[in-house]
Amino acid sequence: MDGINAADDTWSVAGRIFHSRLIVGTGRYKDLPETAAAIEASGAEIVTVAVRRVNLSDPKAPMLQDYVDPKKITYLPNTAGCFTANEAVRTLRLAREAGGWNLVKLEVLGPPPLLYPDMPGTFEAAAALIKDGFEVMVYCADDPLAARRLQDLGCVAIMPLGAPIGSGLGLQNPAMLSMIMENVTVPFLVDAGVGTASDAAIAMELGCTAVLLNSAIAHARDPVTMAKAMKYAVQAGRLAYLAGRMPRRMGADPSSPLTGLIR
Amino acid sequence: MQSSVTLTLNGERRVFEGPADGPLSVIVLLVQLGLDTRKVAVERNEEIVPRSRYAETWLASGDQLEIVHFIGGG
Repeated sequence: MDGINAADDTWSVAGRIFHSRLIVGTGRYKDLPETAAAIEASGAEIVTVAVRRVNLSDPKAPMLQDYVDPKKITYLPNTAGCFTANEAVRTLRLAREAGGWNLVKLEVLGPPPLLYPDMPGTFEAAAALIKDGFEVMVYCADDPLAARRLQDLGCVAIMPLGAPIGSGLGLQNPAMLSMIMENVTVPFLVDAGVGTASDAAIAMELGCTAVLLNSAIAHARDPVTMAKAMKYAVQAGRLAYLAGRMPRRMGADPSSPLTGLIR
Repeated sequence: MQSSVTLTLNGERRVFEGPADGPLSVIVLLVQLGLDTRKVAVERNEEIVPRSRYAETWLASGDQLEIVHFIGGG
């Protein structure tokens, strides 16, 4: 047996097929060239983007599309900063017009400092967006009932946090993520909390479909190198999941035979 | 004769001069603002203005416009 080739291991969301299991954000970089270089190094095929008012005093300022080509990289518009279903729907309608694309990331957040997912607001916005024809990948609490309810509403991906947004604390809830995953049939992603490559690998080893992260790359000392690390961590974690880890045992089990020893 | 149009644009009240031969359209406004129409999206009074209708969507005083684009985000 040749083993599993990572290149053949695709996943799909809303009928679209992707090879990379790493989705990266485009925020918090030093500048647009660094954003572009980090995305390139990460191998991501999907990037999250925000929708904001144009700065009318500087209409010729470079825009994200000048550096990250939406024809090559799938833009996943988010609703960051929206606190009501109406704001989320208006924002994503604008995004759909700007990008001609109905696959979106919904996030309805509570107040700082936690920016914890506001689940009542998220349910309301998800229902409104789905009714309006959007395909909704949804950021949510690590709550099995909420995850199930979002799937039943018609969300196309369930994306709980591993730790608060931008905290870089790593997955604080691997057992809970595993339990939620048991009852979710659509793609399941960890969407916040990854701090370094091993965190991304752990998410993939748990069986996540993909990982979404931003700050772990953008706030690394060398974002482009960390982007590359994340690419390999996600691939390694995925392969480890497919390979199936060895059973844990309480005690040693030597790898070298205990017979044939010299005396 | 030119007529002026007062719009609330991204939350700010601004006065624009319409063209001599008729009312102000979204496309003319975007050109006046110096924006690349392929990279922005426009909402008028909380309704999307489809890109295909920029030339035939007329603006009137009191209209509220949001003009947005994609920026970096997580």
